[in-house]
Amino acid sequence: MNAVVARLVVQRLGIMLISLLIVAFAVFFATEMLPGDVAQILLGQSATPQAVAALRTAMHLDQPAILRFVYWLGGLVSGDLGRSYANNMDVAALISGRLTNSLQLAGVTTLFSVPIALCLGITAAMFRGSLYDRIVSIVTVSVISIPEFMVATVAVLVFAVYLRWLPALSIADQVHGIGELLRIYAMPVITLSFVVSAQMIRMTRAAVIDTLNTPYVEMALLKGASRRRMVLSHALPNALGPIANAVALSLSYLLGGVIIVETIFNYPGVAKLMVDAVSTRDLPLIQSCAMIFCVCYLLLILIADVIAIISNPRLRNR
Amino acid sequence: MSSTVSSARGLGLRINIVGAIGAAIILFWVAVAILAPLIAPYPVGKIVAFDYFQPMSSSFWMGTDYLGRDMLSRIMMGARYTVGISLAGVTLACFLGVTLGMIAAVVGGWFDLILSRFLDAFNSIPSLLFGLVIVAGVGSSLTVLIVTLALIYAPGSYRFARALAVNVNAMDFVTVARVRGEGIVYMVREEIFPNIIGPVLADFGLRFVFIVLLLSGLSFLGLGVQPPQADWGALVRENLDGLSYGAPAVVFPSLAIASLTISVNMLIDNLPYRIRDRGE
Amino acid sequence: MSNIVEIRNLRVKAKTDSGRVVEIIKGVDLEIAKGEVVALIGESGSGKTTIALTLLGHTRSGCSIASGSVTVDGRDTVAMSEAERRRFRGTTVAYVPQSAAAAFNPSKTIMDQVVEVARIHDLMPAAVARQKAVELFRALVLPDPETIGARYPHQVSGGQLQRLAAAMALIGDPQVMVFDEPTTALDVTTQIEVLRAFKAVLRDRGMAGIYVSHDLAVVAQIADRIVVLKDGEVQEVGTTEAVVNHPSHDYTRALISAFHPQAKSSPPSDAAAPAAPILQVKSLMAGYGAMGQDGLPKYVVLKDVDLTLERGRSLGIIGESGSGKSTLARAIAGLLPPAAGQIEMNGKALAGGVRQRSKEELRRLQIVFQLADTALNPNKPVGAILARPLFFYHAMRGAARAAEVDRLLDMVRLPKALKYRLPSELSGGQKQRVNFARALAAKPDLILCDEITSALDTVVAAAVLELLDELQRELGLTYMFISHDLSTVEAICDRVAVMYEGAKVEEMPTSRMKSGAEHPYSRLLISSVPQLDTGWLDGLDDDPLLRSAMADRRAAERWAVARRQRS
Repeated sequence: MNAVVARLVVQRLGIMLISLLIVAFAVFFATEMLPGDVAQILLGQSATPQAVAALRTAMHLDQPAILRFVYWLGGLVSGDLGRSYANNMDVAALISGRLTNSLQLAGVTTLFSVPIALCLGITAAMFRGSLYDRIVSIVTVSVISIPEFMVATVAVLVFAVYLRWLPALSIADQVHGIGELLRIYAMPVITLSFVVSAQMIRMTRAAVIDTLNTPYVEMALLKGASRRRMVLSHALPNALGPIANAVALSLSYLLGGVIIVETIFNYPGVAKLMVDAVSTRDLPLIQSCAMIFCVCYLLLILIADVIAIISNPRLRNR
Repeated sequence: MSSTVSSARGLGLRINIVGAIGAAIILFWVAVAILAPLIAPYPVGKIVAFDYFQPMSSSFWMGTDYLGRDMLSRIMMGARYTVGISLAGVTLACFLGVTLGMIAAVVGGWFDLILSRFLDAFNSIPSLLFGLVIVAGVGSSLTVLIVTLALIYAPGSYRFARALAVNVNAMDFVTVARVRGEGIVYMVREEIFPNIIGPVLADFGLRFVFIVLLLSGLSFLGLGVQPPQADWGALVRENLDGLSYGAPAVVFPSLAIASLTISVNMLIDNLPYRIRDRGE
Repeated sequence: MSNIVEIRNLRVKAKTDSGRVVEIIKGVDLEIAKGEVVALIGESGSGKTTIALTLLGHTRSGCSIASGSVTVDGRDTVAMSEAERRRFRGTTVAYVPQSAAAAFNPSKTIMDQVVEVARIHDLMPAAVARQKAVELFRALVLPDPETIGARYPHQVSGGQLQRLAAAMALIGDPQVMVFDEPTTALDVTTQIEVLRAFKAVLRDRGMAGIYVSHDLAVVAQIADRIVVLKDGEVQEVGTTEAVVNHPSHDYTRALISAFHPQAKSSPPSDAAAPAAPILQVKSLMAGYGAMGQDGLPKYVVLKDVDLTLERGRSLGIIGESGSGKSTLARAIAGLLPPAAGQIEMNGKALAGGVRQRSKEELRRLQIVFQLADTALNPNKPVGAILARPLFFYHAMRGAARAAEVDRLLDMVRLPKALKYRLPSELSGGQKQRVNFARALAAKPDLILCDEITSALDTVVAAAVLELLDELQRELGLTYMFISHDLSTVEAICDRVAVMYEGAKVEEMPTSRMKSGAEHPYSRLLISSVPQLDTGWLDGLDDDPLLRSAMADRRAAERWAVARRQRS
């Protein structure tokens, strides 16, 4: 890795940190600037004014918002995520177990969907305009156009109601054997994969077609190269950056999809935790979950950026 | 190649048959949304059948819901919320995004840099999550929903419009106007806007789809339109228990959403070249 | 003598965006003998590249061959199967593209791409192919033939890439070479070297070739025969000598007379009292990037430029790409505020940026850009485009403004009815006239013309230049005329300044340009412009001055490459 690449990567890292700061700011103020006395909510209506006042001081609620933001940020960095309003538990403890579940779900989905999506996207671009390409396009547009919960609903109707292959809900607490595990993950993973792959196929196809339209691919054609050679040897190496971007952006759809999917299948992940937290207005929990999602998202974008930088021959071979 | 139906209406543009079908379905739903109270067969909130999750029948074309209300009437009223809120949201989002985007492109410099960085960061909050956070704090009302949806999608619209405007801004005719001494308002209104309107309209359509999906998602989670009102997403949520019986009450609202979003996509993908491909 | 290429009654149709099918090649016949180089010349849209590509059995997307045959080496590329065509390409016919910079894959080394033809068709072992490539590099006079192949395309210069593209085509020992405007994107001084290399290789190997170009002078150096095309039809065919010296067809005659522009018709007499300078540029420095501690930007493009331009005169600025000539125009127009130095108009200093200048100052100085396509707002009718400056500077409205628009159109010899049209409905020459009329609408003192005829076809450009000359005499305009094309400058300017690497190296009267240039770079530049004379390129070897200038240049190029590699 040379100095130019290193500098660009460090620059991207810096941009990510600034973005994260702005996001933290937005998340904090969207939730903290709201009406209602948090101390009062925590202690309930029957609490004495003295108790409420004491708690307010303990939570820095009597201090300006900007200071509280700094305290909160400091807490986040040092791993102190605060205490849940709803059950007065440590937020970090609440999240940690759930996070593993969510990451497992995301990981399995990624392993499942990325290879399939890349193959479909690249081959659709290779045979652009063919019947195969058109079918792939129509299916992906349809999947993108419908809400995630509808994909899930259809999956339940097909696999659980009519075929009765799989359970409609997944409870990961009691798992016996690999078969059971597969059955539990199957519905959420199938749903998520559909949502994520559709995006990825479309973007991969577009990226490859963009490079196929370049003069150097036409030059390869005029040298007598076969279609396979034009795609694999000339177009793909140059489409790597855009494809990495497509994969990262599509995987970020996991974040949106996971919220719906965990809810509909009752899957014990962070997203479900957050949706529940919203209904109880458990602000520290919401803030922490939101920050986790944003960090994941920004990390994905960062990885894609770095791949794009490294795969750019102009930067790599100075 | 699909066959083309010539339609010399107004602009003298051609649109092919798939696009025309898409446009027809969109117009149909808009008409339903406007006329809902007049054409709905039953009052929306009224329990009209003793049995819940009834199948389709001649008196209840789309069956009944979990309380025994007529689904057809509820879907018709649901169109008001889904189409109305989404349209208001996307209009606000695109107005903000496109205006700021064009100004940023023309003014450039620090203004552009800071605004772009800030909105990019804003954009890095996943949309559903942002919706959740806001609803968690402020609660859910129609105004909050519309403003939230607009805020979530304005940065994307900004980015898109700015990229187009930067391309136009680099053209010599804009430079000529600048050397002439024209002000920002003239530049944006006369030189930039007419040259990006086509792609911006296509983007408006796509963003409308995103907003419909997000609104449905929020309502599905119970955080969007609140009972007793219900948009299509909320209708799915209400009747989710009927899923295991394959009840029409859960299928039809989903189909309604899909028909709307897919037809917008069909229309955009088949827009005449003159609109779609300009300035890209 | 048998023909290696025979095209019979070729018709190619194309589908437009609106779905209409039009014929772009309308029954062309053409033959090329073994070892012969035939040039296809014509303006943009004449179908020359389309014809050349059919030799490889290829049409660009949207186009297809409707009828006819293209027989190369006894086989018809139209009737072939796709697999046969693949085997044919690169071995029987090879292609040298217009822009080698775009035709090289940025993520593969040059050597990989040069020997790719051998690999695809399994012509020879890899080591032999590499050896052969190195020999070709040497034959094409490329620097460091042993190692240049290991570089990536972005690490070599444009002129070198163009020669490397020729090596890439030659590796499969094709019988016919197709050159598609291979020197159009190059500067004149680079063009000479590339042309020479091509000519030598073709001659040594006795190869047949088809050479597509819009530049008659370039073609005159390399082709045996010339085919003149217009709108997909052959206008004239003849030996190079005959077409250049005794053109028979009207269109060819127009092409050739456009190449010999009238030298500036009436040089203003110096006897008259020396007019006051309208524009004075004093030690102008400008550039891009962040300001350094020395008060200069990171990339200095203009270095200490001085210019004086008198009222009613015209000054030409010539130089190659990167010489800073367009930056000079931008700095004067206020688009790029200078880092140091002064710009004075009518003796009064102008502020650096547009925003700081008064409306009156802006009115007096107008700029006209190269590409009329992008200089006119595609969504406004011509009338509205011309009306805006009238309203903006002169607050004209209603009937008076409409009458003035008519007058302006008349001035640039365009029919009044054109004012209802959109720019996309005009031809290139018409657009450029509207572009110029918009500048006239301001009633300026000085017009900066940035390459305004470069994108036009030769014949159209000549007419525009003539118009400019007339208007100058009628209206007493002052021009600053920026161009890379010396004959353009010769046609319209009184004086000419030569720019090189951001500095003005020399200024002289146009009449002295050909004979009296003193600076070595000016001499190189001026003598590099191809002449409409079939013996010009070969005769250059006898010019000792040019030879030494070339040698200097080559040394400089090698040094630049070495420096790029180190960093």
